[in-house]
Amino acid sequence: MRLLRAIALFSAVLGISAPPASAEALKWDVIAAKAKDQTVYWNAWGGDERINAYIAWAGERIWNDYGVTLRHVKLSDTGEAVSRVLAEKTAGRDSDGSVDLIWINGENFAAMKRNQLLFGPFTQALPNFKLVDFAGKPTTLVDFTVPVEGLEAPWGMAKINFVYDSARIQTPPRSIPEFLDWAKANKGRFTYPAPPDFIGSTFLKQVMIELTPDPAALQKPAPEGAAFDTATAPLWSYLEALHPHLWRGGKIFPASGTAQMQMLDDGEVDIAISFYPSDAASLAQNGRLPESARIFVLEGGTIGNTHFVAIPYNARAKEGAMVLANFLMSPEAQARKQDTAVWGDQTVLDVAGLDPAGKKRFDALPAHPALLPPEALGPTLLEPHPSWMTRIEAEWQRRFGG
Amino acid sequence: MSRAGTPRGGVLRHAPGLTLGLFLVPIAAGLVGTWLPAFGYLPALGGTSLGFESWRALLNHTSLPGAMRLTLTSGILASALSLALVIAFVASCHGTRLYRRLRRALTPLLAVPHVAMAIGLAFLIAPSGWLARLISPWASGWTTPPDVAIVNDPYGLALAFGLVVKEMPYLLLMTMAALGQAQADQRMAVARALGYGPVVGWLKTVLPAVYAQIRLPVYAVIAYSLSVVDMAMVLAPATPPPLAVLILRWFNDPDLSLRFLAAAGAVLQLFTVILAIAAWNLSERVVMRLGRRWIVEGWRGGGGGLARHMAGGAMSLLYAVAGLSVAVLGIWSLAGRWRYPGAFPADISFGAWTRHLHDLLWATSTTLIVGLAAAGLALALALACLENERRRALRTTNRALWLLYTPLLVPQVAFLFGFQVIAVRAGIDGTWGTLIWSHVLFVLPYVFLSLAEPYRALDERYARAAMCLGATPNRVFWRVKVPMLLRPILIAFAIGFAISVAQYLPTVFAGGGRFVTLTTEAVALSGGGDRRVVGVFAFVQAALPLLAFAAAFAVPAWIFRHRHALRLPS
Repeated sequence: MRLLRAIALFSAVLGISAPPASAEALKWDVIAAKAKDQTVYWNAWGGDERINAYIAWAGERIWNDYGVTLRHVKLSDTGEAVSRVLAEKTAGRDSDGSVDLIWINGENFAAMKRNQLLFGPFTQALPNFKLVDFAGKPTTLVDFTVPVEGLEAPWGMAKINFVYDSARIQTPPRSIPEFLDWAKANKGRFTYPAPPDFIGSTFLKQVMIELTPDPAALQKPAPEGAAFDTATAPLWSYLEALHPHLWRGGKIFPASGTAQMQMLDDGEVDIAISFYPSDAASLAQNGRLPESARIFVLEGGTIGNTHFVAIPYNARAKEGAMVLANFLMSPEAQARKQDTAVWGDQTVLDVAGLDPAGKKRFDALPAHPALLPPEALGPTLLEPHPSWMTRIEAEWQRRFGG
Repeated sequence: MSRAGTPRGGVLRHAPGLTLGLFLVPIAAGLVGTWLPAFGYLPALGGTSLGFESWRALLNHTSLPGAMRLTLTSGILASALSLALVIAFVASCHGTRLYRRLRRALTPLLAVPHVAMAIGLAFLIAPSGWLARLISPWASGWTTPPDVAIVNDPYGLALAFGLVVKEMPYLLLMTMAALGQAQADQRMAVARALGYGPVVGWLKTVLPAVYAQIRLPVYAVIAYSLSVVDMAMVLAPATPPPLAVLILRWFNDPDLSLRFLAAAGAVLQLFTVILAIAAWNLSERVVMRLGRRWIVEGWRGGGGGLARHMAGGAMSLLYAVAGLSVAVLGIWSLAGRWRYPGAFPADISFGAWTRHLHDLLWATSTTLIVGLAAAGLALALALACLENERRRALRTTNRALWLLYTPLLVPQVAFLFGFQVIAVRAGIDGTWGTLIWSHVLFVLPYVFLSLAEPYRALDERYARAAMCLGATPNRVFWRVKVPMLLRPILIAFAIGFAISVAQYLPTVFAGGGRFVTLTTEAVALSGGGDRRVVGVFAFVQAALPLLAFAAAFAVPAWIFRHRHALRLPS
């Protein structure tokens, strides 16, 4: 609240608001013409060489098609790019900024949108935007309950799933209560990354959705006081019961989701949490998980969300960034991204609605035993309002983080 | 000394001012950029009034007590252990074959990047790590790794151990470099003639002179150990992490309001470091007082055989651990599939190398340009300041120069935001000049630190004798001082270069995302936790400083091959 009040005050003082994108400037052929010879600095997490290679490929393609140069600024944390835009705003550089495109979603998007650090709306101007499966994938329009409003273009789909080694486990748990029984029977063989790692936080939200008395309340901002305590009580008692049976007795948690995936390959745990349903297949193909790796989901469904690309309000190469964002939504780029040999990130497009050429690209994707068909991935649960995440993380730190 | 009025002296006179100017602007910006948000002022986020709200939030934060405890225990433990080990080793093993052998092997230890050493060490000693794999399951019976916390232990012991592995070599290097200036050989000769044993004689006659010279490096080790981020992310627990990691987490949190908390944390971090160094300084005095009594009481000590075995053994073990940590990363860089409990990879693959060849070449050239420029500039500034001090007969009274050390004391992430704002406002962010400048901020303190004591300890009578023979101050500098100090000068340069190679946050902040160095590439990729890729980048990242250190040792050795007195004392 303090922040909101402060921002309102600040905006009033300096008269800052998001620069309106005039409709005329956002005609596609005008954009494409202006984009030529621009260099787009795309700030994207650089922790996975598969993703880096895919981004390099996209750079070659847009250079050939549009004469746009792509430079991948490899971040170790998206916060670095947010920080840079913030520094530029602090210094009063409202145009000619150094970040042209950011790979973003959730809290980072909410924060940038709230602080008016984003350009747009721009997605309506992109021809490939209409190929997105808005009906089947509502998270392409609402990012962690925050309306996207054209300020970020959908790029890929994430959904919680659990990776295990089928050579070691025959019957994985299929619900949050079953997880507790499984952990009791297999002491020290499961854990989750410590929040605020997003995989760890999402696991907490998953537990929350399954156990809280009124799941619908999670779509609204988290309440104060007793209502919050009532809503979260089942979460805390579940964790109190679960922790003694976790890896290292629940006293130590892995620092990140990737560390936890490495622990699965090291044999330290038997189940790891993933956000990408094709991740297990891709990692197995890359020799980073055993060939016997498989995934499972929970019967009541698991949390899913969409990741996006957004343009900072002061970006220098806005047109080039839009050309890139449009290309990233093309059937060609989306099908290649979904190929587990390349990356294995699920498409945001409505594949059934594509033209035959586009559909063929997806039909041609190779199968892998660690992949589940879309209908076997179960229902997708919506992300709670970001305020729940903040409150739950803080409460988790208070209870287990000291 | 009245020659300060000569034109050259006139230029030199501005050296401290110029150096401090290069420093004060970004430091002031950095401090302002830290202190204002710590007290609630950051207009871009709507903080327009001063207050103590973020301090209240910080001091009541549930993670703070644990984070502080972890930071202090691991940091102090690591600093004390490193120093004790170095002193014990040099005191008891100087002049032995082991000493000479370990001295030669020092360079690779210095060159390996901190984070790579941490990842290698973590894999070596973890319950599912290499040592466990070598004996599993045939000897240990562990079909799955034992569920014990060796790495990420709640007490921070793994972090302290990792810090010792990386900081001990730096202190050992500084100590060895100081031996010549402290005239260790002559002191020992006198002590032995008076009947002192080798260990007690060294501790009583050489250590006091040597410690005076390595005091600042010891403080730098304390400051580093208390604010380390990259090693802590690998080796320390996450709930809670050490203070510096906690601050970085707040700085990068999507909830931008946490930046106020982070800024307050950064100020607290600064105070923690200052207080720890003050406490260390106090205990130095106590030890000095007790030590003086011990020195004059006349105990001669024995042959020191037991001490030699213990200190030599401990040091060898540490070297072995470091060597194995690096070796295992090398194996990982060539590994295909490597699962527990395989002692070695199931198959070999050059994929990690070939896939990154192009990026490696690109990043290496940027790293070289920035590193050589930053280390060269820092060396020139440090030499100019020190020479000016000498010519103007200033003793170490140039108090303002302590400001040089502030970049080592302020947590980088807090300091750099202010620097970045200034650079953006001036329109010079993302340029080579700004990037090199930002590196000099962190390189110069270490270069100055490494050079100051040897330079100040150089016997003034050499210069005076040369002047009496009619040489100008400049000629004395180039013909007498530089040759006599060539080794410390080159070592200082190599250290500066290594520091530049390792800079991550300054490159990201000042470079505006425009520059790719080996370290930005390595840090970004290590986020994915693939040990193969980490192995590849760690190898190349270590190779560059290794070459610099090798040159720093080889060049003086070759130039002075006919001059016995200028060779490294043993």
